[in-house]
Parts: sequence; C-alpha cells; structure tokens
Amino acid sequence: MSLLGEDIVTEEGEFVINIGPQHPSTHGVLHLKVWLDGETIKKVQPHLGYIHRSIEKMSESLSYRNFIYATSRMDYLSAHINNQACALCVEKGLQIEAPPRAQMIRLIMAELTRLASHQLWWGCTGLDLGAVSPFFYAFREREAILEIMEETCGARLTQNYAVPGGVMVDIHPNFQKRTKDVMKQIKSKFKEYDDVLTGNVIFQNRNKDVGFLSAEDAISYGCTGPMARGSGVSCDVRKWFPYDGYDKVQFDEILGKEGDCYSRYMVRMHEMRQSVSIIEQLIDNIPEGDFQAKTKMVLKLPKGEFYQRVETARGELGVFIVSDGAASPYRIKYRSPNFSNLCALDKVARGSKIGDLVAIMSTIDLIIPDVDR
Amino acid sequence: MTNEELKQYISALFPTVTYDETGEFLNILIASNELKPLVERLRQDSALKFDYLFCLTCIDWKTNLMMVYHLLSKTHRHTVVIKAKIADVVKPEIETICDIYQTANFHEREVYDLFGVNFKNHPDMRRLLLDESWEGYPLRKNYVDENMISL
Repeated sequence: MSLLGEDIVTEEGEFVINIGPQHPSTHGVLHLKVWLDGETIKKVQPHLGYIHRSIEKMSESLSYRNFIYATSRMDYLSAHINNQACALCVEKGLQIEAPPRAQMIRLIMAELTRLASHQLWWGCTGLDLGAVSPFFYAFREREAILEIMEETCGARLTQNYAVPGGVMVDIHPNFQKRTKDVMKQIKSKFKEYDDVLTGNVIFQNRNKDVGFLSAEDAISYGCTGPMARGSGVSCDVRKWFPYDGYDKVQFDEILGKEGDCYSRYMVRMHEMRQSVSIIEQLIDNIPEGDFQAKTKMVLKLPKGEFYQRVETARGELGVFIVSDGAASPYRIKYRSPNFSNLCALDKVARGSKIGDLVAIMSTIDLIIPDVDR
Repeated sequence: MTNEELKQYISALFPTVTYDETGEFLNILIASNELKPLVERLRQDSALKFDYLFCLTCIDWKTNLMMVYHLLSKTHRHTVVIKAKIADVVKPEIETICDIYQTANFHEREVYDLFGVNFKNHPDMRRLLLDESWEGYPLRKNYVDENMISL
C-alpha cells in the first residue's frame, strides 16, 4: 500500500511511486505520482495544493495598493517582476504612466532580479545532477545582487519596490556604482560557469536528448519563458508587448532549437548575458526626475477589465483585474508561468527514465508557490 | 488583423455573436453552448489561427458565471477574448476545450476546483488545489468560511 491508499503495482504491472512532497529535486512541496514500467516513465500526475494560500481570494478584500505585496510570495525569485506586473496593471486602469526615471529603475531592478533568479537556478541544477560546487559559485554573485537590492529597497527577496505610479523610494546613492561593479564581476565569471558545469561531460550526457518538447506542444501547453524558447518558440513578452521602456533597449531574444534539457539550459545561460548587457546600457543613463507619479490616497479603478503581462524569469506572468469601480478588485487572476509550464511536465517526462526526471524538473525550473498561489 | 477586421471576419462566420470593445482586446460574448464550435473555428481557420490560449478563468457575477478565454495567434499576432455566460449558477456546466488546447486541462480543473464549473467531456475532472473532501467553491462570492477573518 502506498501513502495514497492505492496499490503500488497496477494491474498492468506498472509500478507507482510518489516523488515528494518533500523531495530535494522538486524545490518545494510538489508531489508527483509516477507510473513506471521498469525504469521508464509511463505517466506523471502532479498533485498540487500543499502551499495553496488563495492569494486571488485574499486580493479581493485588499486595496489596490495592498494586494501587490501578496504577489511577492508567489514566484519569490521574481518578486520584483511580480510587483511590477501588478503596478503596471493598476497604472493601465488608472490611465497614468510612471515617470521615465521610475520606469528605468524598475527595468534595471527587473533585470537584476532575472540575473539573481537564473543564478540560483544554475546552482540548483548542478546540485540536482550531483555537482555541488556550482551552487557556491552561483551564490557568490547572487549575494552581491541581493545586497544591491537590500541597499535600495530594504529587502533582499520580497522587495515590494514597485508601486502603482513608480517605485516606492528613490535609488540609493551607491546604486549605480555598485551595480556597475557587480556587472563587471559577473561578466568575468561567465567563462567560469561554463568551465565548471556547461562543459562537463557527465552534465552534458545527462541533459542532451533528454526531456524533449516540440514547438507545437510548447504552444499548445501554454509554455512560456526559457522552457518554450528552448523549443524555438518566440514568446518573450519584452519583445512582443514591450513595457517600461523595453522597446528602447537593445537585446536579443534567445531561441533554442532542439527542445531538450540542454537547450533550455543554454537559453538561460545566454539570457544572463543579455540581462547584463541591458543593465550596462541603462545604468549610466537613468533620467533625472520624479521616482513616483502623483496618485490619490485611495486608488479606484474604473469599471472594466485590465490585462497586463510581463516576462518574469520563468515566463509570461499575466495579471487580469476585473473592477466594478470599488476600491478593491472584484476579481483578480494571475496567469502564472509556472502553472502553465507544469501542464507540460507529463508530456515531457513520458518515455524518459526515472533518473532523467530530475534533469527535466530542474530545467523546467518550477517554483511551487507560484503554481499553487 | 486589427480588432475591427477581426470583428468583421468573425461576424461573417458566426452572425449570432455580440461584441464588447470597451477594453484593450476585442471581447466576443456568447452563450455557453456556442463555445466549442467557435473555439474550434478560431483555432483551425488559417486567417485567424488562434493557437495559444494564454489565460483561462471564470468570474462570478452572482446572477451568472462567466468563463473568460484569452486567445492569441502566434502567427498573426492578434488577440481575442471569448466570454461565455453560464446562466445556471447551481449546476454550472460548459463544454471542455482541452482537446483543442492542452493547457486547458489544468486550467479547467482549477476553475472546477475554485468555482464549481463542471466541464463536460473533460478526461480528468477532479479538484486540483484543494482536498477532495473540501466543501464549497472558495472563489464564489457567496462562499462563507467560519475561519475567515476580515480585517
């Protein structure tokens, strides 16, 4: 008998095992029920809800200023980008725009967040596949970024920095100098990253031709972010629907070809380089001016529906606000990138070996609080 | 296609549907039984080719439930929103679209879990986030939980 009270071996002779909810490779409380034929995966069924807090229901009783803070706790590695999405959506409803200075600060912060998130992912990917050292290399640079965040926002992880109309406080006087120093440091370390993990034969063998996802499936399953781009699907919101001045910066949308784990890995590695390039373009050119537009104390959105999407480190986050004219949203829906990426897990994992599931999970890069919300 | 062109094109195919153009996207308002043929056509038609369902959710308007589908075409880069009204709030039912868009599978299960909408012909209609023994549908406006504290 298994934990779920069902037989461990099915009538067809398939073996049923549970991975998680407490398992190091799931990076959170994700519970996978896996049907196996020998070592081959026949079916994967995710069981969700271990960390469901119903943020959507909570937001219905919070004001338009307050509901933003709950979103830092969804995808905690892209906390600032989540806040930015909500701020942009409320701004769209109020028909105001953040001042150019605020927009640019938000953009730089978003790219710093993406870098920090990808670095944590890179370290954990190594850890999942048995290489312990990348984790320390990754955290060395990630720590430097988090310190910049802490200096300006007062928080390392849940920044709560973006607010409707701009950012909460102006940047710290040290911000530009420190950011430039850290960018220089990170740029010099990319080669080290490749030497430590990317070029490793064991690592390559465990990732190449594993966990294949075709472009058609990626679109049909609603995958976004590096997962879809690894399969060659163009879906970068920063290019498709630019916000906060992304149309004014030069960067490439990284597209993979093969659609396997290695391709998704390489997309993220190149994205880090693109983020550094974006930050370097902007850091000396932050315009003078206000860091926040003037807004009323109590925000009230006009009756209607507002949809805003942004590119988080994991894909497209959509914020859908339905307003009835009151001071809090009538209904709010977060179209979270991880939830849609998880839909494709069964498709990607079928036919692989059980050991490959770890590689697949780590290149999909799921954040469970964002799946459950 | 622009919203106006989309409207004309879809009107020629489905003369009975009505539109709402107050928002950012073109909204198509339909009855719940018209959903499946409309979505199938939007997906297949080469001039429309809506291949990417990026948001699927439900709104509880107290007197009725409204399913909202956001569709995007990766080829033509146009967006459309379908709103299907479900009049019966006691036993809400609508046809599934998860055979057209794979992503709808989990999203529909989430809506079933939190709103109680039953999707006909869905292959695996179980609760997704909450426990099977949970009573009621939390995102409904009439949901009461005695443990809920309002500040």
